[in-house]
Amino acid sequence: MSAIVELVDVVMDFEIGVFGRKRRVRAVDHVSLKVNRGEIYGLVGESGSGKSTLGRVSLRLYKPTMGRVLFENRDITKLPESALRSLRREMQLIPQDPYGAINPIQTIGEALAEPLLIHFKISKDEALERVYKALEEVGLVPPEDFMSRRPRELSGGQLQRAVIARAMILRPKYIVADEPTSNLDASIRTSIIKLLLDFKEKYNQSLLFITHDIALLSLVANRIGVMYLAQLVEEGRVDQVVKEPLHPYTKALLSAIPLISSQLGLEKVHLKGEIGDPANPPKGCRLHPRCPFTREECKTREPPLIEVEKGRLVKCWLYYMV
Amino acid sequence: MEILLVNDLWVRYFTLSGVVSAVSGVSFKLRRGEMLAIVGESGSGKSTLGLALLNMVPKPGRIIRGEVIFDGVDILKLDLHEIRKIRGSRISMVFQDPFTTLDPLRRIVDQFEEFLIEHGVDRAKARTIVREYLEAVGLSERIMYSYPHQLSGGQKQRVSIAMAIALNPEVIIADEPTTALDVVVQKQIMDLIDNIKEKYKSSIILITHDLALALERADTIMVMYGGYAMEYAEKKELFNNMKHPYTKALFEALPRILQRDLPRSLPGYPPDLRNPPPGCIFHPRCEFAIEKCKREPPPLIEVSRNHFVRCHRVGELL
Amino acid sequence: MPSVLEVIAVLKNKYILSGLIIVLIFVFMAILADIISPYSPVEAVGPPLHPPSRLYLMGTDNLGRDVFSRVIYGSRIMLMITAMAVVMSGAIGTVLGLISGYLGGLLDRVLSFIMDSIYAFPSLILAIALSVALGPSPINAAIAIAVVYVPTYFRMVRGQVLSIKNETYIEMARALGLPSTRIVLRHILPHVTRTLMVVFSMNSADAILTEAALSFIGLTVQPPTPDWGFDLYKGRGFVLAGMWWIMLFPGLSITLLAVGFALISEGVSTLISSQKR
Repeated sequence: MSAIVELVDVVMDFEIGVFGRKRRVRAVDHVSLKVNRGEIYGLVGESGSGKSTLGRVSLRLYKPTMGRVLFENRDITKLPESALRSLRREMQLIPQDPYGAINPIQTIGEALAEPLLIHFKISKDEALERVYKALEEVGLVPPEDFMSRRPRELSGGQLQRAVIARAMILRPKYIVADEPTSNLDASIRTSIIKLLLDFKEKYNQSLLFITHDIALLSLVANRIGVMYLAQLVEEGRVDQVVKEPLHPYTKALLSAIPLISSQLGLEKVHLKGEIGDPANPPKGCRLHPRCPFTREECKTREPPLIEVEKGRLVKCWLYYMV
Repeated sequence: MEILLVNDLWVRYFTLSGVVSAVSGVSFKLRRGEMLAIVGESGSGKSTLGLALLNMVPKPGRIIRGEVIFDGVDILKLDLHEIRKIRGSRISMVFQDPFTTLDPLRRIVDQFEEFLIEHGVDRAKARTIVREYLEAVGLSERIMYSYPHQLSGGQKQRVSIAMAIALNPEVIIADEPTTALDVVVQKQIMDLIDNIKEKYKSSIILITHDLALALERADTIMVMYGGYAMEYAEKKELFNNMKHPYTKALFEALPRILQRDLPRSLPGYPPDLRNPPPGCIFHPRCEFAIEKCKREPPPLIEVSRNHFVRCHRVGELL
Repeated sequence: MPSVLEVIAVLKNKYILSGLIIVLIFVFMAILADIISPYSPVEAVGPPLHPPSRLYLMGTDNLGRDVFSRVIYGSRIMLMITAMAVVMSGAIGTVLGLISGYLGGLLDRVLSFIMDSIYAFPSLILAIALSVALGPSPINAAIAIAVVYVPTYFRMVRGQVLSIKNETYIEMARALGLPSTRIVLRHILPHVTRTLMVVFSMNSADAILTEAALSFIGLTVQPPTPDWGFDLYKGRGFVLAGMWWIMLFPGLSITLLAVGFALISEGVSTLISSQKR
């Protein structure tokens, strides 16, 4: 299986603050991962883990400080904006908050037609046709009705469907869904997820599904990557990671979900304290101040990413065999 | 044994665009040391209900009917001075957004102290109590001298909880206390609340949208939809014998680990409370709705001991 | 484009209405000067230093010219220079603010530094210095005033761009592959126009007074061209001798026009802030 997107040893630094008080925050610390064609890769972590940033680097919405971004085997790390623009047609983002995603002064119809007219040389009528079809595809019917509405006139669920319609109207191959349902009511979530899965099947897409909800990923993802404080700490097939988690953090994540941990019969792992400050992460293993299995070496030396078996990675001294 | 008794509570918002029936005829009992979870999605009325218990419904809302009997007294009938004595000290509230409780311009220790002093705590003892309760919620002394913006979401929420328990209230109302927090911190906060329940024998009303959280932690659960109580039962009974179609739908919507079928979702949208559908407010989205459901609002029926369901078809459906 | 209803709503605002009336009076005065002016403003048409009377509504100046006619024609220069200045500074300041705010980086730092430096200068002194350097003429005066006000527009527009840039829909526009020019013009600029209106109107009021000051010093037009500021200057000497009309009427005109714009700006800003709710 070839990879549609590959991130090679990516580092993403940000500078925050103003003159005199600048701090460098490393949002992504040497992460490598591949999204294979036709797969759903679930990226899980809490806020501050760097997962959203990583997603955006994979779309080249950020230029990584170090490392490379490959799309269909082509190195797009250093491509200038002008070259990226045409490539953007093939990779799209579904953001978390539907309410900010469409310019409030646009109508839904305008918002959906705009990318079409920019990327394709088609007439306005042709574009209108495609917009109609796109709205029908996501269940916003009757399309004539929704076309003339503004974002604030739609509910959260409807708006997210419009956002998805707009992303899909360009027929992208690679989608980054960043917490696409976290802001929506529980009873609507499933229908949105189902919509994304339908599109994936229909158009042969590959997805990077970013969320803090590992239970959700267990239902949709093929492989899972766990991020903690800017690092990838575990990776593997979804059944492996969820049924036999290796990293203490993954175990704690699963323990923390109500009802689920009892369903799975896993050992309960408690973490003390809170996620550290990304601008000043703990020395050695980043989880060590909170981890119940901390040993001496964890406090001073950062563990390597160990391949326990093919495709199964964990960044923890507990699994280091000399 | 009953510390709180709520009878037939109705709350309406009188807005420019219409009258919103936010809470319609809700009743329940709360025993000492019991955790009741009020579960509902946005628009279910659960937050309004929480505020109504302390007569804190903001304008243009008004409690138009009902009683909240605390320790034998209907607190809705108390005047401002008397109810202020109860708020914070005998019944306290923790909000989803700590911004509403914490003053961004003052240090934690100053706010906390002033809060205690206002409720009659001796000035000399106040600081010690602050230290003691911050420690009880797992915060270091350093936090005392910080400003709210210097703290993380989890830390702020712990401060709110510390303030909510410092006067040893008999009832704590927690409105979505962990929704804005990450799942690991969420567990820590809920463990803390459990400890408080055990140690101080406080009663807890947990308002949440997360049915899984309710099923894991609460003793009793009340499911609300469109302002109505749809189902009410003890946890185990609810888990084993869920009767209301909405409760079942909420439960089906919970992800089941590794099951590759997606949880079933509910069609349609939450009701417009200014113009609710006739009959049962849930009927437009209910797969079991029959003619009767469209015409007559169903009454609350006791299907077994302490298990109430508001549904016409509760007898026939499994 | 604003609808008829929106225009009516705007006009209902007392401030805007009164301000607009005042300003329009002067605008018509300027346009119809040839028709409504009783005399030529540059020829001696009566006895010098004659107080206001039926023949000479605002009296005559020391050269026997009708003050009323000079006031009417003077509106032309005033409005022309101010209009040129405000339009120039508005256009340049907005464009630079948009580019600088959106692109950021070194360009932004350099431009911001330049703009802050200009802004730090007392505006009148800078306008005078530029005017002198360029040489006294109406166009140069307009340019001098424009330069002084460019930073005002720049800073406001740049500030708005910086905050709008962080909106999700801007990120989405990039993700959709929309070209930068389109993003700036179609997605950012429309959100800036509201505040732009406010700054525009406030700026006009300010520009009137700056122009008057430059005229006062004689940096705009050469005599005998009728000019309120310059006539104000000339009239100083005669006030002490009891001839108040030479100075009063030009002065009153300047004040009234400035007030007109100030009223409009007050009205626009109240309108905008009530809409934001």
